[in-house]
Amino acid sequence: MIWKTLKVGFHRLGSPPTFYRISALISPWLWAGFALCTAIGLYYALYVVPPDYQQSDSYRILFIHVPSAWQAMAGYLVMAILAAIALVWRIRTTEIMAMMCAPIGAAFTVICLLTGSLWGRPMWGTWWAWDARLTSMLVLLFIYLGIMGLYAAFEDRRKGARVACILVLVGVVNIPIIHFSVEWWTTLHQGSTIRFFGESTMHPSMMPPLVWMTVAVKLMFGAVLLDRSRNELLEQDRRKGWVRQAFGGDA
Amino acid sequence: MTPTRKKRLAVVGLILLGVSAATAIALTALNDAMRFSIGPSEIVAGDFPEGRQLRLGGLVASGSVHRDTQSLAVNFRVTDCIHEIPVSFNGILPDLFREGQGVIAHGMLDESGMFQAHEVLARHDETYMPPEVERAMALAGGNLVCGEPIEDHLAAVEVAY
Repeated sequence: MIWKTLKVGFHRLGSPPTFYRISALISPWLWAGFALCTAIGLYYALYVVPPDYQQSDSYRILFIHVPSAWQAMAGYLVMAILAAIALVWRIRTTEIMAMMCAPIGAAFTVICLLTGSLWGRPMWGTWWAWDARLTSMLVLLFIYLGIMGLYAAFEDRRKGARVACILVLVGVVNIPIIHFSVEWWTTLHQGSTIRFFGESTMHPSMMPPLVWMTVAVKLMFGAVLLDRSRNELLEQDRRKGWVRQAFGGDA
Repeated sequence: MTPTRKKRLAVVGLILLGVSAATAIALTALNDAMRFSIGPSEIVAGDFPEGRQLRLGGLVASGSVHRDTQSLAVNFRVTDCIHEIPVSFNGILPDLFREGQGVIAHGMLDESGMFQAHEVLARHDETYMPPEVERAMALAGGNLVCGEPIEDHLAAVEVAY
């Protein structure tokens, strides 16, 4: 019974008019949550937490760098799951959502690379090094750009989405490489500070802004994803009945 | 699930499996080349490409840093707590450079066994803590490089603040 209800609900959510309506309801809340969490997070990051013993204040860039890096990777996993669903069930809304993940993920990857570079210059003594962590993150950016390019290269949007979804699945192998690069090989980049299993090597007094900023970035990803998908759906369906209806008859 | 969808799901699984297997094999083959730096023990054991640029990674040995007062020249030893390699460098060191710090020197080994570096990078570790906590740990004697106390460490902490 419950399974059936879920299934019907899932398919209904995939119908463009329903998705259009519901995403419009959710998105403002995500944006509001993002604004709130960012405000709290940045306040903590810049005014409350103590400086680091080695890097003093420069380590504060971590509160942008680390959440962006996590989101660049988590965003890819979201995109891969959506792509798998899109390939198996051929739901158009899911195809569009998977494709709309790519530019957002690419943006977070760029933020991660730029903030890391700015930090690396004074701390490591170089803007860039070809170590496994930095290189695999750069590869992630190129995969994101490749997906965007492939999607845009087809006249038929659905065909483009389907081909690009396969590329999404191929690229997913890079995510564990990024994560484990600092453990498998010697790198210039430091190992993981925050561990889900075992003790983190960051003093507890420095944790709150990291948590707030991580949540903020996740909410922002959701908000941008819904907004972009809505717009893409609207553009593709601009001549269809439901759009005409939603915008009051003649269009 | 309809048979068509089952088939598509199997294809998705196969794509993931195939790509993972290919990557795993490629990475295993590349394992040696993926090292960003090599340690003093590997140099002593001769496990490095002769006559080529390489990156030497390790900790700056306690009490080994000697700066020339007239120039930017600096000498120090890089250790992995088993072997030490002397390094000579002429240039600007990164902010994080100090005794006990992880560093990566890029350069060549000369005939006398001295590592002539043209670039020295500091390797930051993954520990973040406030200076008070660090000072307390240092005073309690918790801060050692290979079991030896870091001589200029407390001084460095004081300078930073």
